[in-house]
Amino acid sequence: MNDQAEQVAHADHAHADHAAHEKHYWMIWALLLGLLLVSFAGPIVGNALHDRGAITTAFARNITLITAFGIAVYKAWLVAKNFMHVTVQPRFVVYMLSTVLVFMLLFYAGTAPDVMEHEGANWAKPSPHGVIPERALHPEEHH
Amino acid sequence: MTPIATTRSAAGLPTGTLAVWWLLASEIVIFGGVLCSYIMHRLSHDWWATEAAHTNVYIGLFNTFVLLSSSLSAVLAHAAAERGDGKLAARRLWYTIGGGGVFLIVKSVEWTSEITSGFTISSSGFWQFYYTAAGIHASHVIAGMIVMAFVAAGAAKGKYLHRVENAGIYWHFVDLVWIFLFPLLYIAK
Repeated sequence: MNDQAEQVAHADHAHADHAAHEKHYWMIWALLLGLLLVSFAGPIVGNALHDRGAITTAFARNITLITAFGIAVYKAWLVAKNFMHVTVQPRFVVYMLSTVLVFMLLFYAGTAPDVMEHEGANWAKPSPHGVIPERALHPEEHH
Repeated sequence: MTPIATTRSAAGLPTGTLAVWWLLASEIVIFGGVLCSYIMHRLSHDWWATEAAHTNVYIGLFNTFVLLSSSLSAVLAHAAAERGDGKLAARRLWYTIGGGGVFLIVKSVEWTSEITSGFTISSSGFWQFYYTAAGIHASHVIAGMIVMAFVAAGAAKGKYLHRVENAGIYWHFVDLVWIFLFPLLYIAK
Protein backbone atom coordinates (compact mmCIF):
# COMPACT_ATOMS: atom_id res chain seq x y z
CA MET A 1 0.00 0.00 0.00
CA ASN A 2 1.48 3.38 -0.92
CA ASP A 3 1.52 6.39 1.45
CA GLN A 4 -1.53 8.06 -0.08
CA ALA A 5 -3.64 4.91 0.17
CA GLU A 6 -2.52 4.46 3.78
CA GLN A 7 -3.56 8.02 4.62
CA VAL A 8 -6.98 7.52 3.05
CA ALA A 9 -7.46 4.25 4.93
CA HIS A 10 -6.41 5.93 8.18
CA ALA A 11 -8.82 8.84 7.60
CA ASP A 12 -11.67 6.41 6.84
CA HIS A 13 -10.92 4.46 9.98
CA ALA A 14 -10.81 7.65 12.12
CA HIS A 15 -14.08 8.85 10.60
CA ALA A 16 -15.79 5.52 11.34
CA ASP A 17 -14.37 5.61 14.87
CA HIS A 18 -15.75 9.11 15.53
CA ALA A 19 -19.14 8.15 14.07
CA ALA A 20 -19.26 5.09 16.36
CA HIS A 21 -18.43 7.28 19.37
CA GLU A 22 -21.21 9.73 18.57
CA LYS A 23 -23.71 6.92 17.97
CA HIS A 24 -22.77 5.51 21.37
CA TYR A 25 -23.50 8.86 23.04
CA TRP A 26 -26.91 9.05 21.35
CA MET A 27 -27.72 5.53 22.54
CA ILE A 28 -26.77 6.39 26.13
CA TRP A 29 -28.99 9.48 25.92
CA ALA A 30 -31.91 7.36 24.66
CA LEU A 31 -31.32 4.89 27.49
CA LEU A 32 -31.29 7.74 30.02
CA LEU A 33 -34.60 9.04 28.68
CA GLY A 34 -36.12 5.55 28.85
CA LEU A 35 -35.00 5.19 32.46
CA LEU A 36 -36.36 8.65 33.22
CA LEU A 37 -39.80 7.55 32.04
CA VAL A 38 -39.59 4.41 34.17
CA SER A 39 -38.63 6.43 37.23
CA PHE A 40 -41.58 8.74 36.54
CA ALA A 41 -44.14 5.99 35.86
CA GLY A 42 -43.01 3.52 38.56
CA PRO A 43 -44.35 5.39 41.60
CA ILE A 44 -47.58 6.26 39.73
CA VAL A 45 -48.22 2.60 38.95
CA GLY A 46 -47.28 1.60 42.51
CA ASN A 47 -49.67 4.13 44.03
CA ALA A 48 -52.49 3.11 41.66
CA LEU A 49 -52.07 -0.55 42.63
CA HIS A 50 -51.97 0.44 46.29
CA ASP A 51 -55.17 2.48 45.97
CA ARG A 52 -56.90 -0.56 44.46
CA GLY A 53 -55.70 -2.67 47.37
CA ALA A 54 -53.59 -4.88 45.11
CA ILE A 55 -50.35 -4.24 47.02
CA THR A 56 -49.39 -3.20 50.54
CA THR A 57 -48.14 0.25 51.52
CA ALA A 58 -44.66 -1.15 52.12
CA PHE A 59 -44.59 -2.74 48.67
CA ALA A 60 -45.74 0.51 47.03
CA ARG A 61 -42.97 2.35 48.89
CA ASN A 62 -40.43 -0.22 47.69
CA ILE A 63 -41.56 0.32 44.10
CA THR A 64 -40.92 4.05 44.52
CA LEU A 65 -37.53 3.44 46.10
CA ILE A 66 -36.43 1.10 43.32
CA THR A 67 -37.89 2.90 40.30
CA ALA A 68 -37.12 6.44 41.43
CA PHE A 69 -33.97 6.21 43.52
CA GLY A 70 -32.46 2.93 42.31
CA ILE A 71 -32.75 4.11 38.73
CA ALA A 72 -31.37 7.55 39.69
CA VAL A 73 -28.21 5.86 40.96
CA TYR A 74 -27.92 3.86 37.73
CA LYS A 75 -28.54 6.96 35.59
CA ALA A 76 -25.85 8.83 37.53
CA TRP A 77 -23.44 5.97 36.84
CA LEU A 78 -24.29 6.04 33.13
CA VAL A 79 -23.55 9.78 32.97
CA ALA A 80 -20.33 9.45 34.98
CA LYS A 81 -19.05 6.51 32.93
CA ASN A 82 -20.11 7.46 29.42
CA PHE A 83 -20.25 11.28 29.43
CA MET A 84 -17.65 12.17 32.08
CA HIS A 85 -15.43 9.18 31.21
CA VAL A 86 -14.65 8.56 34.88
CA THR A 87 -13.47 5.01 34.24
CA VAL A 88 -10.68 6.11 31.90
CA GLN A 89 -9.36 8.85 34.19
CA PRO A 90 -6.23 8.21 36.28
CA ARG A 91 -7.01 6.00 39.27
CA PHE A 92 -6.43 8.82 41.78
CA VAL A 93 -9.43 10.75 40.37
CA VAL A 94 -11.71 7.86 41.33
CA TYR A 95 -10.06 7.67 44.77
CA MET A 96 -10.54 11.42 45.23
CA LEU A 97 -14.24 11.28 44.34
CA SER A 98 -14.76 8.13 46.42
CA THR A 99 -13.15 9.81 49.43
CA VAL A 100 -15.54 12.75 49.40
CA LEU A 101 -18.48 10.36 48.95
CA VAL A 102 -17.31 8.48 52.06
CA PHE A 103 -17.09 11.80 53.92
CA MET A 104 -20.67 12.44 52.86
CA LEU A 105 -21.77 9.10 54.32
CA LEU A 106 -19.83 9.86 57.52
CA PHE A 107 -21.68 13.16 57.77
CA TYR A 108 -24.99 11.34 57.37
CA ALA A 109 -24.09 8.63 59.90
CA GLY A 110 -22.87 11.19 62.41
CA THR A 111 -25.82 13.56 62.29
CA ALA A 112 -28.78 11.32 61.35
CA PRO A 113 -29.36 9.89 64.85
CA ASP A 114 -29.77 13.38 66.25
CA VAL A 115 -31.95 14.61 63.40
CA MET A 116 -34.12 11.55 62.86
CA GLU A 117 -34.85 10.49 66.45
CA HIS A 118 -37.45 12.52 68.31
CA GLU A 119 -36.92 10.98 71.73
CA GLY A 120 -34.51 8.72 73.56
CA ALA A 121 -34.08 7.04 76.95
CA ASN A 122 -33.58 10.25 78.89
CA TRP A 123 -34.41 13.00 76.43
CA ALA A 124 -37.10 14.26 74.14
CA LYS A 125 -37.13 17.04 71.60
CA PRO A 126 -39.47 19.96 72.23
CA SER A 127 -42.96 19.55 70.79
CA PRO A 128 -42.88 20.10 67.03
CA HIS A 129 -46.35 21.65 67.01
CA GLY A 130 -44.92 25.14 67.08
CA VAL A 131 -43.05 24.70 63.81
CA ILE A 132 -45.29 22.42 61.73
CA PRO A 133 -47.55 24.41 59.42
CA GLU A 134 -51.26 24.10 60.07
CA ARG A 135 -51.88 22.61 56.62
CA ALA A 136 -49.43 19.81 57.42
CA LEU A 137 -51.15 18.96 60.68
CA HIS A 138 -54.60 18.98 59.09
CA PRO A 139 -54.04 18.39 55.37
CA GLU A 140 -57.65 17.30 54.83
CA GLU A 141 -58.85 20.84 55.61
CA HIS A 142 -56.63 22.30 52.91
CA HIS A 143 -57.54 20.10 49.94
CA MET B 1 3.40 28.41 21.88
CA THR B 2 1.58 26.04 24.22
CA PRO B 3 1.18 27.41 27.75
CA ILE B 4 3.34 25.54 30.25
CA ALA B 5 0.43 25.09 32.69
CA THR B 6 -1.41 22.82 30.27
CA THR B 7 1.50 20.48 29.64
CA ARG B 8 3.35 20.14 32.94
CA SER B 9 1.35 17.81 35.10
CA ALA B 10 2.79 15.14 37.36
CA ALA B 11 -0.78 13.86 37.81
CA GLY B 12 -0.99 12.55 34.25
CA LEU B 13 -3.81 14.95 33.43
CA PRO B 14 -3.87 18.38 31.83
CA THR B 15 -3.78 20.91 34.66
CA GLY B 16 -7.19 22.34 33.75
CA THR B 17 -8.82 18.90 33.82
CA LEU B 18 -7.21 18.15 37.16
CA ALA B 19 -8.59 21.43 38.51
CA VAL B 20 -12.10 20.55 37.32
CA TRP B 21 -11.97 17.20 39.13
CA TRP B 22 -10.84 18.94 42.32
CA LEU B 23 -13.66 21.43 41.89
CA LEU B 24 -16.17 18.60 41.50
CA ALA B 25 -14.82 16.88 44.61
CA SER B 26 -15.63 20.03 46.59
CA GLU B 27 -19.02 20.31 44.86
CA ILE B 28 -19.88 16.76 45.93
CA VAL B 29 -19.42 17.84 49.54
CA ILE B 30 -21.67 20.88 49.04
CA PHE B 31 -24.51 19.10 47.25
CA GLY B 32 -23.99 15.89 49.23
CA GLY B 33 -24.37 17.79 52.48
CA VAL B 34 -27.59 19.43 51.35
CA LEU B 35 -29.05 16.19 49.96
CA CYS B 36 -28.06 14.14 53.04
CA SER B 37 -29.65 16.76 55.29
CA TYR B 38 -32.79 16.71 53.18
CA ILE B 39 -33.02 12.90 53.19
CA MET B 40 -32.65 12.59 56.97
CA HIS B 41 -35.23 15.32 57.59
CA ARG B 42 -37.59 13.89 54.97
CA LEU B 43 -37.42 10.40 56.49
CA SER B 44 -38.16 11.73 59.96
CA HIS B 45 -41.01 14.04 58.92
CA ASP B 46 -43.73 12.06 57.18
CA TRP B 47 -45.90 15.17 56.89
CA TRP B 48 -43.42 16.66 54.41
CA ALA B 49 -45.14 14.39 51.89
CA THR B 50 -48.15 16.72 51.95
CA GLU B 51 -45.82 19.64 51.17
CA ALA B 52 -44.00 17.73 48.44
CA ALA B 53 -47.36 16.94 46.83
CA HIS B 54 -47.51 20.58 45.71
CA THR B 55 -44.43 20.35 43.49
CA ASN B 56 -45.18 19.89 39.80
CA VAL B 57 -43.76 16.55 38.68
CA TYR B 58 -44.36 17.30 34.97
CA ILE B 59 -42.17 20.40 35.16
CA GLY B 60 -39.50 18.40 36.95
CA LEU B 61 -39.75 15.70 34.29
CA PHE B 62 -39.43 18.22 31.47
CA ASN B 63 -36.42 19.91 33.06
CA THR B 64 -34.75 16.53 33.54
CA PHE B 65 -35.24 15.84 29.84
CA VAL B 66 -33.74 19.25 29.01
CA LEU B 67 -30.66 18.73 31.18
CA LEU B 68 -30.06 15.19 29.90
CA SER B 69 -30.27 16.51 26.33
CA SER B 70 -27.91 19.39 27.12
CA SER B 71 -25.44 16.85 28.50
CA LEU B 72 -25.65 14.96 25.20
CA SER B 73 -24.78 18.08 23.22
CA ALA B 74 -21.90 18.78 25.65
CA VAL B 75 -20.37 15.35 25.13
CA LEU B 76 -20.91 15.64 21.35
CA ALA B 77 -19.07 18.99 21.51
CA HIS B 78 -16.21 17.19 23.23
CA ALA B 79 -16.20 14.58 20.44
CA ALA B 80 -16.06 17.35 17.82
CA ALA B 81 -13.23 19.11 19.69
CA GLU B 82 -11.24 15.88 19.86
CA ARG B 83 -11.17 15.66 16.08
CA GLY B 84 -10.22 19.33 15.83
CA ASP B 85 -13.56 20.64 14.55
CA GLY B 86 -13.78 23.80 16.65
CA LYS B 87 -16.74 25.33 14.82
CA LEU B 88 -18.92 22.25 15.34
CA ALA B 89 -17.79 21.99 18.97
CA ALA B 90 -18.76 25.64 19.53
CA ARG B 91 -22.17 25.12 17.91
CA ARG B 92 -22.87 22.13 20.11
CA LEU B 93 -21.76 24.06 23.18
CA TRP B 94 -24.29 26.73 22.29
CA TYR B 95 -26.98 24.02 22.15
CA THR B 96 -25.95 23.11 25.70
CA ILE B 97 -26.13 26.76 26.78
CA GLY B 98 -29.58 26.93 25.18
CA GLY B 99 -30.64 23.89 27.20
CA GLY B 100 -29.45 25.62 30.36
CA GLY B 101 -31.47 28.70 29.37
CA VAL B 102 -34.64 26.66 28.84
CA PHE B 103 -34.07 24.96 32.19
CA LEU B 104 -33.79 28.32 33.97
CA ILE B 105 -36.84 29.82 32.25
CA VAL B 106 -38.96 26.81 33.19
CA LYS B 107 -37.59 26.95 36.73
CA SER B 108 -38.48 30.65 36.98
CA VAL B 109 -42.04 30.00 35.86
CA GLU B 110 -42.31 27.13 38.31
CA TRP B 111 -41.00 29.16 41.25
CA THR B 112 -43.25 32.09 40.39
CA SER B 113 -46.24 29.77 40.41
CA GLU B 114 -45.24 28.24 43.74
CA ILE B 115 -44.45 31.53 45.45
CA THR B 116 -47.71 33.14 44.30
CA SER B 117 -49.51 30.05 45.64
CA GLY B 118 -48.05 30.78 49.07
CA PHE B 119 -45.22 28.24 49.12
CA THR B 120 -42.27 30.46 50.02
CA ILE B 121 -38.90 29.62 51.49
CA SER B 122 -40.25 30.33 54.97
CA SER B 123 -43.38 28.17 54.58
CA SER B 124 -41.89 25.02 56.09
CA GLY B 125 -38.76 22.92 56.36
CA PHE B 126 -39.57 21.16 53.09
CA TRP B 127 -39.77 24.42 51.14
CA GLN B 128 -36.57 25.66 52.76
CA PHE B 129 -34.75 22.62 51.42
CA TYR B 130 -36.58 22.82 48.10
CA TYR B 131 -35.56 26.41 47.35
CA THR B 132 -32.07 26.01 48.80
CA ALA B 133 -31.17 22.83 46.89
CA ALA B 134 -32.80 23.90 43.62
CA GLY B 135 -31.41 27.43 44.01
CA ILE B 136 -27.82 26.27 44.52
CA HIS B 137 -28.26 23.96 41.54
CA ALA B 138 -29.66 26.75 39.37
CA SER B 139 -26.70 28.98 40.29
CA HIS B 140 -24.41 26.21 39.04
CA VAL B 141 -26.37 26.05 35.79
CA ILE B 142 -25.81 29.80 35.34
CA ALA B 143 -22.08 29.44 36.10
CA GLY B 144 -21.83 26.56 33.61
CA MET B 145 -23.55 28.60 30.91
CA ILE B 146 -21.13 31.51 31.38
CA VAL B 147 -18.09 29.21 31.29
CA MET B 148 -19.42 27.46 28.19
CA ALA B 149 -19.96 30.77 26.39
CA PHE B 150 -16.27 31.66 26.88
CA VAL B 151 -15.15 28.17 25.86
CA ALA B 152 -17.42 28.23 22.79
CA ALA B 153 -16.01 31.61 21.74
CA GLY B 154 -12.51 30.16 21.80
CA ALA B 155 -13.50 26.89 20.15
CA ALA B 156 -15.18 28.73 17.27
CA LYS B 157 -11.74 30.20 16.45
CA GLY B 158 -10.12 26.78 16.83
CA LYS B 159 -8.41 27.81 20.09
CA TYR B 160 -8.19 26.05 23.45
CA LEU B 161 -10.16 23.02 22.29
CA HIS B 162 -9.02 21.04 25.36
CA ARG B 163 -11.25 23.32 27.43
CA VAL B 164 -14.36 21.86 25.79
CA GLU B 165 -13.87 18.61 27.72
CA ASN B 166 -13.34 20.46 31.02
CA ALA B 167 -16.49 22.53 30.60
CA GLY B 168 -18.37 19.35 29.64
CA ILE B 169 -17.24 17.46 32.75
CA TYR B 170 -18.56 20.30 34.91
CA TRP B 171 -21.86 20.37 33.02
CA HIS B 172 -22.36 16.61 33.34
CA PHE B 173 -21.89 16.98 37.08
CA VAL B 174 -24.63 19.63 37.20
CA ASP B 175 -26.83 17.20 35.27
CA LEU B 176 -25.90 14.40 37.65
CA VAL B 177 -26.96 16.43 40.70
CA TRP B 178 -30.34 17.08 39.09
CA ILE B 179 -30.76 13.33 38.47
CA PHE B 180 -30.92 13.00 42.28
CA LEU B 181 -32.87 16.19 42.95
CA PHE B 182 -35.70 15.14 40.63
CA PRO B 183 -36.83 12.02 42.54
CA LEU B 184 -36.12 13.62 45.92
CA LEU B 185 -38.12 16.80 45.37
CA TYR B 186 -40.72 15.76 42.80
CA ILE B 187 -41.38 12.02 42.90
CA ALA B 188 -41.18 11.04 46.57
CA LYS B 189 -44.62 12.18 47.75
